[in-house]
Amino acid sequence: MIPETLKKSLQARVASAITAREAAVDVMKELQAHYGWLTDEAVQEAAALLGLSPLQVEELATFYEMIYRRPVGKKVIHVCDSISCWCADCDKIIQYLKDKLGVGLGGTTADGMFTLLPCCCMGMCGDSPAMSVGGVPYGRLTPELVDEILEAERHKV
Amino acid sequence: MDLPLFRHNRPNRVVTFDEYREEGGFEGLKKAFSGMSPNDVQQAVLDSGLRGRGGAGFATGRKWSFVPRDLPGPRWLICNCDEMEPGTYKDRVLLEHNPYSLIEGMTLACYALGVRHAFIFIRKGYEKAAANLARGMEEAKKAGLLGEHILGSEHSIELDLHLSAGRYICGEETALINALEGKRPNPRSKPPFPAIKGLWQGPTVVNNVETLANVPAIVANGAAWFKGLALNPEGAGSKLFCVSGSVKNRACVELPIGTTLGDIIDGACGGMRDGKKFKACIPGGASTQFLKPEHWNLPMDYDTVAKAGSRLGSGGVIVFDEGHCLVEATLNLINFFARESCGWCTPCREGLPYVKEILTRIENGRGEEDDITILREHVKYLNYTFCALAPGAMAPLDGLLRDFEDEVRDHIVKKKCPLK
Repeated sequence: MIPETLKKSLQARVASAITAREAAVDVMKELQAHYGWLTDEAVQEAAALLGLSPLQVEELATFYEMIYRRPVGKKVIHVCDSISCWCADCDKIIQYLKDKLGVGLGGTTADGMFTLLPCCCMGMCGDSPAMSVGGVPYGRLTPELVDEILEAERHKV
Repeated sequence: MDLPLFRHNRPNRVVTFDEYREEGGFEGLKKAFSGMSPNDVQQAVLDSGLRGRGGAGFATGRKWSFVPRDLPGPRWLICNCDEMEPGTYKDRVLLEHNPYSLIEGMTLACYALGVRHAFIFIRKGYEKAAANLARGMEEAKKAGLLGEHILGSEHSIELDLHLSAGRYICGEETALINALEGKRPNPRSKPPFPAIKGLWQGPTVVNNVETLANVPAIVANGAAWFKGLALNPEGAGSKLFCVSGSVKNRACVELPIGTTLGDIIDGACGGMRDGKKFKACIPGGASTQFLKPEHWNLPMDYDTVAKAGSRLGSGGVIVFDEGHCLVEATLNLINFFARESCGWCTPCREGLPYVKEILTRIENGRGEEDDITILREHVKYLNYTFCALAPGAMAPLDGLLRDFEDEVRDHIVKKKCPLK
C-alpha cells in the first residue's frame, strides 16, 4: 500500500492530465520509486489510479526499458552497448563490471546493492564508453573509474 | 561564425534567460507577434529550405502546410526529443546549453499552426535537459513570452514536458503519439498521417528539437539569410554534427550545411585518433549506410549524401578506422535494432534476430557463402514492415554488402574474423 500523501499527489497528477492514461508513465515511475520496482501491487494501484485494467498497465510496464517488473538492486547499472560505445571498447567495461560485481547481465549483487543491465544508446556517444548508476550518467569509463564510481555510489543515498 | 544554434552556448554551463535575450533571443517571437500573420511565419519557414533534422529530412514548412486549418477541435504540436538513435547526442548537447531556442521555436511553430497546447517528449536519461526546459518555460511565462496572452496578444500557448521511460521506437512519430496518450507505443498505420489524425485524433505536427530550435533565427533574420548559411547552393542553414568513434576530439559541433566530411573529421574533430586510417563512417546515426574514404570531400547535405548512397540522417557521425571489423560493427547495430523492435509486426520481430544470428555466425568463422544471399534477401524483404525501424536496420547491412562484400567473404573463406 502506498502512503496517503503519495496517493494524493498521484491523483492530482492524473486529474491534471488531458486524459487519465496520459499520466501512466509518470504514475508507474513514482510507484517504482516508492517500491524499488513495479510490484504486482503497484500494477494494481496504477490501474486503479488511471482507470485502466491491470493488464493494460502491464502492457505498458513491460514495454519500457526503465520500468522494472522484477526486483532489482538498490541501484540499477545500465551499461551502454551500442555502436559508439562499441568503438570505445565497451565490451571490456561490461566484462569488468560482470567480474567485479560477480553477476551476469540481468543479475543482482549478493548484497542487493546493484543490478547490472545492458542498455541502448544513452546519448553519451561523445563520452563513450558510458553507463548510468541509479540514473546518474557516467562517461569515459576505465576500470579504475568504474571502481571509484561504484564505491561512491555504494555510499551515496 | 554566426550560426543560429550554438551561438548562445557557454563552455560549461547553460546560458541564462537574460544572456539569451541580450544576444537577440526572443526577437523572432517579437517580430512575429508585431506584424507577421501565422501564414507569414509558415511561409518564412517554407522559403528558408529548413528540413527535418531528426533524420528523415522532410521539408518543415511543407509538413506544416499539410495541417488542415478548418477542422473543429484542437491541433497539436509535439517536439520529438526521444533521441535514441545510436551515435546521436546533438539534442542533449543543445538543450544542456540552451533550452530557450527550442521554447521560442515551439512558440513560433504553435503560432504558425494555430496550436494552443504543445508537448516536448523527452527520453529517459535526459533529465538535465528536461530541468533546463522546465526552468526556461517558467522564465518565459513570467516574461509574457509563453502562456496566457503572449506579448499582450490574444494568443495563448501552453507547453508541457512528457518524460518517457526509455524505448527507441518512441522516436517513430506515430509510436510517440501512442506513448504520449499513455498507450503501448507500437507505431500506427499510415494513412491517416498525423497531420490529419494524430494525437487524440487531432491534426498533429511532430518535429525534432534541432528543427524547431532553428525557427527563431529564420523568423528574425529571414529565409534568405538562413539559406545563405549553407556552403552549397542547394543547401540551407547549419547542422549539428555529433561525432564519435575513432577521432581525436569526439565533439558535437554546429557547421554550415555542405561542410565536407573531411572538414568535420580533420577540422572540428582534430583528425583521426592515434594516427589511425579512416576506413568508413556512418554519417547520420545507426540507420544510415556507410560512407568510404572516397567520400572525404563530400559536402554533407541531404541530397548530396543521398546521391552518395547514404543519408544525412540525424548528423550522428560514427567513425571507423582500419582496425574495426565492419561485420562486427554491423552485428552490433543489428543487435540494437533486434532488441528495440517493438514486436508488433512479424518481419521485424522475427527477421532481425535471424539476421543477427547469421552475422554472428559469419563473425565467428562459421559463415557459408549462401549466407550472403540470405542476408541480401533480408535487406530486400525487411523493407515491407509496418514502420521504418526494420528498413533503417537494413541500411547499414545493405551498405556492408554493397561496399565491403570482400570483408564479409574474407570471414567466410578464412573461417575467422580477419581482424582478430
